[in-house]
Amino acid sequence: MEKRVRFKSSWLPWLLIAPQMAIVLVFFFWPAAQALRQSVMSQDPFGNNSEFVGLENFERLFADASYLESFKTTAFFSVLVAVCGLSIALLLAVMANRVLRGAGVYKTLLIWPYAVAPVVAGVLWLFMFASPMGVIAYWLRMLGLDWNHLLNSRHAMALIVVAAVWKQISYNFLFFLAGLQSIPKSLIEAAAIDGASPWRRFWTIVFPLLSPTTFFLLVINVVYSFFDTFGIVDATTKGGPGKETSILVYKVYYDGFKAMDMAGSAAQSVVLMCIVIALTVIQFRFVEKKVQY
Amino acid sequence: MASITLNKVFKRYGSGKTANLVIHGVSAQIADGEFVVVVGPSGCGKSTLLRMVAGLEEITGGEISIGNRVVNDLEPSERDIAMVFQNYALYPHMNVFDNMAYGLKIAKVPMDEIKARVDKAAKILEIGAFMQRKPRELSGGQRQRVAMGRAIVRQPQVFLFDEPLSNLDAKLRAHTRLEIQKLHRELGITSLFVTHDQVEAMTLAQRMIVMNAGVMEQFGTPEEVYNRPASTFVATFIGSPPMNLLKNAPEARPGTILGVRPEHLAITSEGWALCVDALETLGAERLVYGRWLHGAGDELVIIRTDEGQPVPELGSTIHVTPRADRLHWFDATTGKRQ
Amino acid sequence: MVEHRPGLTFLTHAILLAGVAIIAFPLYLTLVASTQTAEQITQAIPMSMLPGTNALETYKIALFGGQSAAGSEITGSAPMMLVSLITALIIPLGKITMSMLSAFAIVYFRFPFRNLVFWMIFVTLMLPVEVRIGPTYEVVASLGMLNTYAGLSIPLIASATATFLFRQFFLTVPDELVEAARIDGAGPMRFFKDVLLPLSSTSIAALFVIQFIYGWNQYLWPLLMTTSEDMYPVVMGIKRLIGGDSYTEWNVVMATAILAMLPPALVVMLMQKWFVKGLVDTEK
Repeated sequence: MEKRVRFKSSWLPWLLIAPQMAIVLVFFFWPAAQALRQSVMSQDPFGNNSEFVGLENFERLFADASYLESFKTTAFFSVLVAVCGLSIALLLAVMANRVLRGAGVYKTLLIWPYAVAPVVAGVLWLFMFASPMGVIAYWLRMLGLDWNHLLNSRHAMALIVVAAVWKQISYNFLFFLAGLQSIPKSLIEAAAIDGASPWRRFWTIVFPLLSPTTFFLLVINVVYSFFDTFGIVDATTKGGPGKETSILVYKVYYDGFKAMDMAGSAAQSVVLMCIVIALTVIQFRFVEKKVQY
Repeated sequence: MASITLNKVFKRYGSGKTANLVIHGVSAQIADGEFVVVVGPSGCGKSTLLRMVAGLEEITGGEISIGNRVVNDLEPSERDIAMVFQNYALYPHMNVFDNMAYGLKIAKVPMDEIKARVDKAAKILEIGAFMQRKPRELSGGQRQRVAMGRAIVRQPQVFLFDEPLSNLDAKLRAHTRLEIQKLHRELGITSLFVTHDQVEAMTLAQRMIVMNAGVMEQFGTPEEVYNRPASTFVATFIGSPPMNLLKNAPEARPGTILGVRPEHLAITSEGWALCVDALETLGAERLVYGRWLHGAGDELVIIRTDEGQPVPELGSTIHVTPRADRLHWFDATTGKRQ
Repeated sequence: MVEHRPGLTFLTHAILLAGVAIIAFPLYLTLVASTQTAEQITQAIPMSMLPGTNALETYKIALFGGQSAAGSEITGSAPMMLVSLITALIIPLGKITMSMLSAFAIVYFRFPFRNLVFWMIFVTLMLPVEVRIGPTYEVVASLGMLNTYAGLSIPLIASATATFLFRQFFLTVPDELVEAARIDGAGPMRFFKDVLLPLSSTSIAALFVIQFIYGWNQYLWPLLMTTSEDMYPVVMGIKRLIGGDSYTEWNVVMATAILAMLPPALVVMLMQKWFVKGLVDTEK
């Protein structure tokens, strides 16, 4: 799509894009190039000498059991977050779409967690699961489950999943609700006349029509759990116990800034970039499809 | 006040092999105070021509002058023109007053004078009652008036109209046509009016330019265009139903086309023998579609008769005679009038 | 819905209310905790679910700092709230200004390398701050921007999404408006200011809401960027309250959490219309 008419000026457009270009070059391309450069260099911890080592850092990275473990952890974590977050949000959105009165109020009461910083969400849930005063930890003990996310890796994983899902529900909810509202009412009515029960109507009409939204949210939720959950992990488990909840982003941070392994961290950054690129491509493919649809 | 001179104006989009020539050297002289309509089918280049006069399209070749100034390299705002757009192009966030006053504010006209000019234009167009409204709160006809008002307040040398009536319903269009005529009588500003509608062209124009595929086919008064069409294109584009272009009439000479308008054919006892193929009744008149009896393929002859005339039967044979002073001869290869 | 089955309607509301309750429960508990004393929270097992009476005291310490009842020195969050506010304002304002200008250039001008510029901005979509933390930190450090507002905000400012949003919007503005403005004698910047800017107001509001929240909630970046306490944003301050080996004063932590949640939550709830529009638009 192009404009028919344009203004004429040889210098004004450059002036207009200059600020954004400056920032893009200095804070995006330069660091990205640095990351690429460092990922093929070896560097001593003091940053004095460096030499070209080719793909050695990557070889080291993928030979490192803890890195592969972190990959698995991240994948497991994001699948849990996406599945739980999407199903709860879908249930709530379907319900909110059913009610005639009070839908606005429910919406307002359900969307505010979007505004909560991940690290604050982490602190809130940590507080409820903390021993000994944590309310939920206490209830679980009453039920015979000895909660301890500091020692039990499954408990730790559950904790970050719960906090991450809680924060993301509002986002999923809004998009599901918008998707549901865009389904023509006449389709539902036609199905009702055909004698389909509400349950059947949902699975045969509504859910298939909602699939573009669902797919879009799936990608978004994976991106979210890969990159935006650093604060949650840092506030609750710090990647522990051991490295059991150390997701990729946390590991980049930890290796680069706590363990001072700049080359390893740079290689990890490059791997992360590849993941983002892949996810972005998937997302754009989807957007194109949606336009045709 | 000013005349407009187009001197061998060319417009080309792109360059090299993909170049697309859309205006093929149009020359025309529009007199001071004249109302000229540019008419043609869509894609004929009529809007491009207008937009070149406005300065919204660059001129690839030739020269356009307004008054005594060559305007090729002047910005639209420096050409002393005003334009009414097809979709009116009112600024959606400004009220009617601000829409009309915007150009004057930029030109740093004193506020008193802006008010006086806007008020005067509002009075002429009878839009004074909704000066504080936003465009979306107006009807289509009201928006059209505001767009005209915006043009009037600039007190330009030239008015340019780009199909300004095409978004109005039929009734309002007829009414606005009369208003534009009246406005032109009062203000006497040189006007260039683009339309695809031949009725608009015939009723509004003092002279009209008929365009086809980037070429000016004819430039003349509506009477000239109707009575002496310069080409087969003009002959069929102006007039409804269109002129019959006949290769198989008994009088036809090889290499020529005989043109005769349906209204200049009469059913008589002698003359061309036709078989009645179809009939259309339009109220005051009737169209008879005839096919040559001497068998000449698909060529149809349309005859317009008044409602009082007897109705020929489908499939029957009729005889028609053209008015001898209303025959047009065209070259069969070039389509030009002979 | 199609049927009128009271049972189903009841179930619908029940599920929604349960959802609201579960979503709101952490908030309720946080509020309750912030009204109790640190001892009340840690010594009762589990903590009491009813509001205490220490609210005034707790919030005073949380905001302005001082010696807590339990004896530890608390840093007040008021200065940190200010840091958060300033960053959360710079980021959206900077983003909006910058992306409007570049979208304007890309849509309304033809200049050499226009497509290259467009793609360079597009590619930044693929470089979120989380994947380039190390090298970006080095760049910011070498520019001497550690512990400054510039360092906190500028690396987060360039945004492909905002540029796309405005580009998309500008493309829907009818060409005739530019032409009318040109005939009226408006130059490019005048057209930008008088026509494009007012027409973009809802997009600007929507983007502002989203980016305010984004800016307010930044955590990883300030964690690396700031070493001086007077440049800590409030979400970092909370984390520090539970970080150390010292005794965690949960009432103060929770009061600070409430304070940190309040501005963005209010923005979301009060500007809901723009918030929803912003979310939907930026994800297109």
